[in-house]
Amino acid sequence: MKIKYCDALVIGGGLAGLRAAVAAAQKGLSTTVLSLVPVKRSHSAAAQGGMQASLGNAKMSEGDNEDVHFTDTVKGSDWGCDQEVARMFVTTAPKAIRELASWGVPWTRIKRGNHEAVINTKRTTIFEDNDKHGLINSRDFGGTKKWRTCYTSDATGHTMLFAVANESLRLNVNIEDRKEAIALIHHENRCYGAIVRDLITGEIAAYVSKGTLIATGGYGRIYEITTNAVICEGIGTAIALETGIAKLGNMEAVQFHPTPLFPSGILLTEGCRGDGGVLRDKDGHRFMPDYEPEKKDLASRDVVSRRMMEHMRKGKGVESPYGTHLWLDISILGREHIEKNLRDVQEICEYFAGIDPADEGRKGWAPVHPMQHYSMGGIRTKPTGESPTLKGLFSAGEAACWDMHGFNRLGGNSVSETVVAGMIVGNYFADFCIENQIDIKTEIIEKFVFEKEAYMKELVSKDTGEDVFRIKNRMKRIMQEYVGIFRDGEGLEKAVSELEQLYVKSKNVAVKNKQLSANPELEEAYRVPMMLKVALCVAKGALDRTESRGAHTREDYPKRDDANWLKRTLTSWKEGDLMPTVEYEPLDIMKMEIPPGFRGYGAKGNLIENPQSAIRQQEVDEIREKMESEGKDRYEIQEALMPFELQSEYKRVNIRLGDK
Amino acid sequence: MARELTIKVLRYDPQQKSNGSVKAYFQEYKIKEADSMTIYLALTQIRETLDAGLSFDFVCRAGICGSCAMMINGRPKLACRTLTKDLPNEIILLPLPTFNLIKDLSVNTGVWMDAMSKRVESWIHSSKEIDIANIEEPVEPEVADAVFELDRCIECGCCVAGCGTKLIKEDFVGAVGLNRVARFECDPHDERTIDDYYELVGDDNGIFGCMTLLGCEDTCPKHLPLQNKIAYMRRKLATVQGS
Repeated sequence: MKIKYCDALVIGGGLAGLRAAVAAAQKGLSTTVLSLVPVKRSHSAAAQGGMQASLGNAKMSEGDNEDVHFTDTVKGSDWGCDQEVARMFVTTAPKAIRELASWGVPWTRIKRGNHEAVINTKRTTIFEDNDKHGLINSRDFGGTKKWRTCYTSDATGHTMLFAVANESLRLNVNIEDRKEAIALIHHENRCYGAIVRDLITGEIAAYVSKGTLIATGGYGRIYEITTNAVICEGIGTAIALETGIAKLGNMEAVQFHPTPLFPSGILLTEGCRGDGGVLRDKDGHRFMPDYEPEKKDLASRDVVSRRMMEHMRKGKGVESPYGTHLWLDISILGREHIEKNLRDVQEICEYFAGIDPADEGRKGWAPVHPMQHYSMGGIRTKPTGESPTLKGLFSAGEAACWDMHGFNRLGGNSVSETVVAGMIVGNYFADFCIENQIDIKTEIIEKFVFEKEAYMKELVSKDTGEDVFRIKNRMKRIMQEYVGIFRDGEGLEKAVSELEQLYVKSKNVAVKNKQLSANPELEEAYRVPMMLKVALCVAKGALDRTESRGAHTREDYPKRDDANWLKRTLTSWKEGDLMPTVEYEPLDIMKMEIPPGFRGYGAKGNLIENPQSAIRQQEVDEIREKMESEGKDRYEIQEALMPFELQSEYKRVNIRLGDK
Repeated sequence: MARELTIKVLRYDPQQKSNGSVKAYFQEYKIKEADSMTIYLALTQIRETLDAGLSFDFVCRAGICGSCAMMINGRPKLACRTLTKDLPNEIILLPLPTFNLIKDLSVNTGVWMDAMSKRVESWIHSSKEIDIANIEEPVEPEVADAVFELDRCIECGCCVAGCGTKLIKEDFVGAVGLNRVARFECDPHDERTIDDYYELVGDDNGIFGCMTLLGCEDTCPKHLPLQNKIAYMRRKLATVQGS
C-alpha cells in the first residue's frame, strides 16, 4: 500500500487550486496538486470574457472602486451573499490582477486617443487620456455600474491559467495529473488528506497531508445541457459531502448563462453583449429593452435568462429541428472588433454553427439558448476558506460556498474569485498547514485505502445489473427538466423522488469492462452515485426553498421572501441515507453593510420585506451621515459599518490613477 | 439520408503489457451520422452504446483546452471541433505519435508539456519587487497584443505530432517549446537576454534542430505563426557569440 505525505494537498488544478498551491509553496510548504487532467486543460481555461477588478483605469471605468464593486456584487447576489466575504474579495481583486500582470498575463491595454465602441447599438467615440496609455483596459459586463471586466481578448481564462500554472512550476509545486481524489481521509472531525485513484494504472493510494484544499470547480455535468467541461462532475464536492461532516451551502443556487451556442452548449462570452452585441427574436426584434428598459441586454444573468425563456414562451423564439432558440447579434460591432476582441467566439461560431458572426445582418446571427453555467453553491466554508465542521478541510473557487455570489453571480466575478480566493484562502490554508501536525494512525489511513480497493473490485465483479450510462443520462434529463431556470413544487417533488430511485439503482451497476486500470466505465460507476447525491442536494434544497431569489426561481413562489428565507441552505449526507439532511444558517441583517433592498429589476413589490432591513438601513444612514460630517474617509466609514478580517498585505489601500 | 460511418480506432492498452497476448489492433465501429456530429459526439456515442472500454480524452469539447488532439485520417487535429460531415465515410483514428500512450486514443501530453515548460523556464524572470497595491507597469498596447498572440498556444501537441524533427530526435523541444521562448522574449516583464535563451535552446535539440518542414504551422489549430517565430528566434540566437 502506498502512502504519500505532503504539507499541503490541493485537489483540483484549475485557477483556484493552483493559486492556492502557489500560496502554500511561497511559504515553503511541500505542496501537491492533484488533477484529473493536465492542469492547463482545466475548465478555468474556458473563461472567455474577463475578470472583474476595480482598477478604474479606462474612461468608462473612472470612479470605480471597491465600494462600487461591492455594491454591484451584493445586489447581484440578491442579498444572498456573505457581505464580509464580498468585502474581502473586492479589496483583493485589484491586487490579484496586478500580480497576474507581473506574472505575464498579457492583459489588453488602453491606447491613448479616440476609439470607437458600440453602446446601446450606437457607435460612440471614447477618448482615453495620455496618462492611461498602457494601463490595463476593461470592458462592460452585466450587472455592473462601471466597465470593470479586465480581459485578454476573449481568452482571459486561458492566459490566466497558463500564468498561474507556470508560476506553480517555477515554485516546484508537485503537480500530479490524471489522479482523482475519491474520498477524504478524516478522523474525529479533522481532515488528513485524500484517497486517490491513479486514472492510468488504477492504483489506489493515500495522500496524507496537514491540510487539504478542494478546488474542483462546479457540478454542471449533473445537467443535460451545460457550458461546463466534461470533467465538471462535482466529485470534489461529493467527497466532502460523503464525509458526513462537511456541509454544502446553497446547492440550489445554479446559474444559467444566457448565450451558449445552441444546441451544442458551447459558451459565447458575456463579453459579446458587454461589447455591444444584442439579443434578437424570430422577427429580428431586440426584445430585452422591452423587459428591462434600464439594463437591457446587460441585466444580471439570471434576469436575462428568465426574460429569454419568457419571450420564447410567448412564441417569439426561432423554431429549429433541435427546439426553440433566440439570436445573438454581434455583427453590429463590426468585423475588425470581432476579429480582435472576440476571436474565439468567431471560431466557435464557425466550427460549431457554420456561421461567421461578423457577417452583417441575419446571416451572422448566432443561435443561443440559456444553459446551465455556474454553481453558486458548494462546500460551505468560513471566510478563511475552512469548513466550519471539518477541521483542516479548505475549499476555494467554484467548488466552495465561500459565498460572495449568493444566489446569482455576476459575470467576470468567478474567474476573479478563483485567483482572489486562491490568494486569501490559500494563505489561511498555508498557515493552517504550518501550524498543525499530522497525528493520525496509519491503521486508520489503511482502513480508508482497503475500503476503496475492495469497492473497486466489487464494482467490476458484478455480471448483471444496471447500465451506468443510462442512469447518468436520466439524472441529467431530470435536472434539466425539473430543476432548471423555472422551478415549481410539483416538478421538484418529481425530481427528488426520481433521483432517489436512481440513486438506489446506481448502487447496483454492472460494469462490462472488467479491468481496474484505465477504464472509463469504471470511473462512471463510482462517480455517478456521487453525482446523484450532489443532484439530490440541489433538487431537495430547491424544493424546500419556497421563494424566488437570484437564479432560484419558483413559479409557485415568485417573491423574494426576506422575512422567512434570508438564510443559507446547508446540506449534509449521513452514511446510509437516501436523502440529504437540510438545515439553515441565518444571514444577520443587523451586521450587513447594505441591508436588503430592491435590486432594480422587474416590479418593485415582488419582495416580502424583513422588518429588520429598515431598522438596519436607518442605522447605516445615521452612521454614514455622522461620519461624513466629521470628515471621515470612505475606508473609515466602511470599517465602522461592517468590519472585516483580511490578511494585512491584501487589506492595504489600492492605489489608482489620480490618487494622491 | 444519414450516412453510416465506419470509425476505425487503433486499440492498445500498455497497462496490460505483462499479458503477452495483448497486441495493438484496429476496432471498427459503425454508427449513423447525425446532423453537426463531431468526433467528440461520435466517440461518446460509441462508448455509451457499443464499447464502454474505449479510452479517449475530452475536456472542454469547444476547441479551447487542447486535450482531444488525435490523428484523424492521418492528420493531427482537435477531435472536438472536427465535424464528421467534412470527412469520408471511413474515419481512421489513431493516438498522437511521440507522446507516451496511456490507452487507445489517450496520450500523456501533461507530463511532456510540464517538462517542456520547465526546460524553457516558461515563466517571467524578473528581479523587480512588485507592489501589487500600486498601479501596474504600463505596457504598449501593441506589445501586449503581440505577447497574447503567442500566449494563445493550448499545448494540444498537434505541432509536436506533425513534426519530422521530433520523430527523429527524441529530445527536440518542438514548436510548442520554441514558441514559448519567443513569447517570453517579447514580453517586457521578462528580463532574460538572448544569451539566456541561447543557454536554454541554442542547440540541435532546440532552435537549430528545426528542419523547417512546416508540419507545426500546418497543423496548429490556433493558427499560431510558429515558423516565422522559429526563424526569428533562430536568427537572433545565431548572433550569440558565446564566451
